[in-house]
Amino acid sequence: MKAELILENGMRFDGEAFGYLDSKVGEVVFNTGMTGYQEILSDPSYYGQVVVMTFPLIGNYGINFDDFESSSPKVSGFVVREKCHESSNFRAEMELDNYLRHHKIIGIEGVDTRALTRVIRKNGTMKGVITTLALTDEEALKHMNTLDLSDSVYKVTTKEAYELSGGSKRVAVMDYGVKKSILDQFVERGSHVKVFPAGASAEEVMAFNPELVFLSNGPGNPSDLSEIVGEIRKMIGEVPITGICLGHQLLAIALGGRTERLKFGHRGCNHPVKAVNTGKVTITSQNHGYHISELPEYVEATHISMNDGTVEGMRHTLLPIFSVQFHPEASPGPWDNYHLFDHFLAYAN
Amino acid sequence: MPLNETIKKVLVIGSGPIVIGQAAEFDYSGTQACQALKEENIEVVLINSNPATIMTDQSVADRIYIEPITSEFIEMIIIEEKPDSILVGMGGQTALNMAIELKEKGILEKYGINVLGTPIEGIIKGEDREQFKMVMNEIGEPVVESAIIKSVAEGLEFAGSTGYPLIIRPAYTLGGTGGGIADDETSLIEILNSGLNASPVHQVLLERSIKGWKEVEYEVMRDAMGNKISVCNMENLDPVGIHTGDSIVVAPSQTLSDKEYQLLRQSALNIIEAIGIEGGCNVQFALNPLSFEYAVIEINPRVSRSSALASKATGYPIAKVAAKIALGYGLDEIKNDVTGVTMACFEPSLDYVVVKLPRLPFDKFTTANKLLGTKMMATGETMSIGANFEAALLKGIRSLELNIHTLKMDKFETVSVDYLKESAKNADDERLFVLAELLRRDYRIDKIVEITGIDKWFIDKINVLVSMERKLESISLDDLNENILRTYKKKGFSDEGISGLMKVDSSEIKELRTAWSIIPSYQMVDTCGGEFDAVSTYFYSTYEKYDEVEVSDRPKVIVIGSGPIRIGQGIEFDYASVHTVKTLKKLGYETIMINNNPETVSTDFNISDKLYFEPLTEEDVMHVIEKENPLGVMLQFGGQTAIKLSSYLSKNNVHIFGITEEIINRTENREEFDAFLESIGVSRPKGVILSDKRQGLEHIESIGFPVIVRPSFVLGGQGMKICYNQNMLDQALDAIFIRDYSGFVWMDEFIDGQEVEVDAISDGTSVLIPGIMEHLERTGVHSGDSMTVYPAQTLSETAIEKIVETTEKIALKLGIKGVINIQYVLRGDELDVIEVNPRASRTVPYISKVSGVPIVEYATRAAMGESFVEMDLKAGLVPSGSRIAVKMPVFSTQKFTGVDGAVGPEMKSTGEVLGIGNTLEEALYKGFISVNALKGNEKPNILMSLSDVTKAVLPELLSSNSLDHFNLFATPGTASILNELGILEVNVIKKCEDLNQTHFDIVINTVTMGSNMERYGYSIRENALKRNIPLFTSFETFKAWLKAYSFDSEQKKLYVL
Repeated sequence: MKAELILENGMRFDGEAFGYLDSKVGEVVFNTGMTGYQEILSDPSYYGQVVVMTFPLIGNYGINFDDFESSSPKVSGFVVREKCHESSNFRAEMELDNYLRHHKIIGIEGVDTRALTRVIRKNGTMKGVITTLALTDEEALKHMNTLDLSDSVYKVTTKEAYELSGGSKRVAVMDYGVKKSILDQFVERGSHVKVFPAGASAEEVMAFNPELVFLSNGPGNPSDLSEIVGEIRKMIGEVPITGICLGHQLLAIALGGRTERLKFGHRGCNHPVKAVNTGKVTITSQNHGYHISELPEYVEATHISMNDGTVEGMRHTLLPIFSVQFHPEASPGPWDNYHLFDHFLAYAN
Repeated sequence: MPLNETIKKVLVIGSGPIVIGQAAEFDYSGTQACQALKEENIEVVLINSNPATIMTDQSVADRIYIEPITSEFIEMIIIEEKPDSILVGMGGQTALNMAIELKEKGILEKYGINVLGTPIEGIIKGEDREQFKMVMNEIGEPVVESAIIKSVAEGLEFAGSTGYPLIIRPAYTLGGTGGGIADDETSLIEILNSGLNASPVHQVLLERSIKGWKEVEYEVMRDAMGNKISVCNMENLDPVGIHTGDSIVVAPSQTLSDKEYQLLRQSALNIIEAIGIEGGCNVQFALNPLSFEYAVIEINPRVSRSSALASKATGYPIAKVAAKIALGYGLDEIKNDVTGVTMACFEPSLDYVVVKLPRLPFDKFTTANKLLGTKMMATGETMSIGANFEAALLKGIRSLELNIHTLKMDKFETVSVDYLKESAKNADDERLFVLAELLRRDYRIDKIVEITGIDKWFIDKINVLVSMERKLESISLDDLNENILRTYKKKGFSDEGISGLMKVDSSEIKELRTAWSIIPSYQMVDTCGGEFDAVSTYFYSTYEKYDEVEVSDRPKVIVIGSGPIRIGQGIEFDYASVHTVKTLKKLGYETIMINNNPETVSTDFNISDKLYFEPLTEEDVMHVIEKENPLGVMLQFGGQTAIKLSSYLSKNNVHIFGITEEIINRTENREEFDAFLESIGVSRPKGVILSDKRQGLEHIESIGFPVIVRPSFVLGGQGMKICYNQNMLDQALDAIFIRDYSGFVWMDEFIDGQEVEVDAISDGTSVLIPGIMEHLERTGVHSGDSMTVYPAQTLSETAIEKIVETTEKIALKLGIKGVINIQYVLRGDELDVIEVNPRASRTVPYISKVSGVPIVEYATRAAMGESFVEMDLKAGLVPSGSRIAVKMPVFSTQKFTGVDGAVGPEMKSTGEVLGIGNTLEEALYKGFISVNALKGNEKPNILMSLSDVTKAVLPELLSSNSLDHFNLFATPGTASILNELGILEVNVIKKCEDLNQTHFDIVINTVTMGSNMERYGYSIRENALKRNIPLFTSFETFKAWLKAYSFDSEQKKLYVL
């Protein structure tokens, strides 16, 4: 069935619908990872977004039930150049098309994804709608205007707190949309993890007696989350705090820093980041639309993006606080920074 | 870390002659490296024995030595030049082996030379099988169960513990020479024998066969600080068991999930950390298709063929970055030239699919065993870029220039499924078409996967194409609509492919496309998947919606490259293409290169203003022309690949610089050629044109034996035979016409004489001749396979005058502007024209370098309309200097079974070396050292087996004392002739079986041209090839060798170019 992706600026890209045939609105972002579509689809940080894959052939190795980052796909829509009809991999258990259909997610294939990517790069992230209907520009815009992502975190966080035991170190994970592989990294390293809903109060968290509080990744604009920032602020100085991605941004705001929207975000598996103390560069997995534009007082940058010089990690000079913007848990992406979880846990004392 | 300021002068070691397994990729990497060094104001001294390269060009290094790559000569250069450092990672296996030798002989230490890039210890860790295994064990990286074997007995013992099949890989060899897969004891013994022999250290690796596992490669880099990146990964369509150089390779991997991708990436990075790589490295993995189990097959601790491919596939210049790393820079300090904003410390993201296809020489070596295995046989490769896999594959197929546009090969239509199954199991160069035919017969996909081990994903994709092809066969033009046609174009079908299946004319498809405006749009290779605004000028065609090319309003010239390297069309045409681009740039034109060979300098996106990586077919080239609207195209420098486009392009009103379709026809069409020569009063051997065998038999009487027969429009004398009698003529004509040959065949009087060759430049009114070359072998040996001397040594004044005069006459009367190559045969002072090529030839780089005349530059300027007067040049024969240069052919024939090592009218060599000296003896000495045929033994063992023709004239060829210095061995007939000449000490070798009992330093086996397959002689040649013994099949070659042998090596000198 014919489908269209209509952008906020009026541009239209046509293709064929797959997955669940519907109309869906989202922020249109692109990801340059050549593998890892399954992890991307199920990463809660992509909530509310229509993800464009720049690699043209998607679905080649199918869908397996081991590599999900959460229980269901979180994207609003999926845009690819060519979807694979018949996957091939020893772990493939399902086709991409069917996976999306069962979870009521629309996909569109046959799109000139390179041209689309260039449009996003030039104009910045835009809203868009994937639809099988013949929408006029006005109708499309009306549709897009319904998009409100300010409460995304609450849509993807766990309803109830839960515990995962892998050992003795008590780690409280604030779930703003946490990826499964982050939890796995903590558990593998002998942590007793308790995952809290995003709305949990500082008191509830502290009642767990954590040796480390970890602020997770998640979707949306950190500036929309003042309540959460308030609870984080209460914990600063009380307990070592680490974080990734959204957690890193929230931590910066809580400490008095500022965040800003990036023109078109960092999304992919090939982002070089320099560690300030060693001068070494590693390749990181990234997925963020906002960044820390102003570091708080007593906080120094530990990691810098080699591509645009933005802050990719920070450390408090007085308090046990350390967080990174990129994704050391990879999934998808390079494993260069798994060791950062050791650093996180070194704070738990 | 920034630049190491103590590095002031670097000696770069090149890779020597082009052989299978070590080809143009090292010209590309070496040239890039030299430029990277020069950018830092470092003085570059280069040694390379290969004159056909761009690397050995004046502009590339400060001091260039075209000298033998041996430790002895390198030491001489070190003494002369006093470099502080040496760069060995750019010259392939040759340079690495040399580095190890220099280290072991203490030469590096003696002169305090610093090794740039990966330290020698690291190189040895990566190269030496035993050490490599140890390092892998230490870091816990799995390797295939294996053992280092130094004798056949050890091999059998290992086999006893592991069972079969086993893979045999000789240590320190190129492209796996001497290796193979053994399924039982008999084959193990056979392959071990050849493998141990091929290895300079008499070591082979025996390993458990993991046939059927996926073969995946990573191109990774590390700097001295320990920063590491993976530039590209590549998946072989053909599973483990077929050398990656002979495999269809896809980038990036298509069937690996992120977990597998990262697993292998991490392993590759761990390995280069442990080895201590400083620069680039290639890591090859075998991955079990049914689990996460993997094994490291091998690494190449240097740039390689794969790194050249990865550079072109991603836009990331691995060799350049490796050179910068060698100078001390960190990956984070080197700019990414493609984006202009990001650094080299990142991993390219591709938003297209790349397919590499091997170019195998079985069209030339028709008798060779075509079975693909662990020993590389491809002479070259094509790369193609598509928006999808199918498009990339079809583009690749037509880039091979085999006149195939689809997956359908007619000859398989009639064979049985059993035959197809067998062919699918035993891969040769046509397996892809066999698989397609099986699918066409509705043979089950899962069964094909089972018998071939090829991943189902690839078979599915091939099936997509087969289904589309079948559909085309059942519809007519009326059934086509815009959507259907667009879908075919998106999937990579050419008009020719579509029309061929529909049995209509391709122009009808083109008309429909024009009506429906289905034209390609070009997308950019930018290393970053569109994430950054790139300054790249590197494009490929798609049928996507949006085109990214910005067409400027500057005057432009399109240069057509020469496609994949094959025997008869090698690196020299890349040299010429690059030089014409450089000249055109200097003249102020915007230059646009179209080519599809990933190994070469011409497809370095920094060379031309724009690079289109496309097949060189009429359609694909025309699309670029329509897009760019150039002043015209330059075809003179891209070999036959470019020349054969002339007729189509001129029909489409595209201007061709310097030549016209008429000129080309006048030289290539025999009737026109004859008429032309007749009209200007130039003589040529008697001859006729045949369009079938019958005509040949009719005309033979008027010409008389011997005759030479050859198809027109061919490369390197393909299908060319000399016939001395009726029987031979019968066979030769059958062989040509049976190949479904639709062109004409020339049958000419064969003149036994002295061959002379001239490359000349014409501006339309006068002719400049940089030099006259003479061949050491007599007529009958293809010019590409003969030793060529410049300046000519034996020609009389009268002959020279005649040659100059005739050359001028031909060039001017043809009306060519640019370069022309003419081959003559001389009997006394009587001159006949054998061949005229209205284009750059094989000898252009060599003669440019030794004569000092930049032929391509002058020819380009002439083609663009400048006169010699305007260029301030004097026409006529350029006086030669005092130095003598001998071009010597280099063969890769030992890589094949079933290929005769005898030279003849069909070209067989893959590369060449140059020997330069003050005397002919010195030049020959260096040449033979470079081709490894002169080793300085006290009393070399020589085996002689001469043809009746040679025997008859032997007294004229040899004096009785000329063989005094040797231990002579001979076949019975030859022995008795030698005895008759008074040479009495001759050991007689009675039968083939005795050959292996003796060590020979050289083997001379002259053949009666054309009757090459007689049994004993053939076995002698085969034995020599197998044992890597220099083989001379022309007596003149041996006489040249005797001259070289007589040279007092103490007198050798170095010559800077």
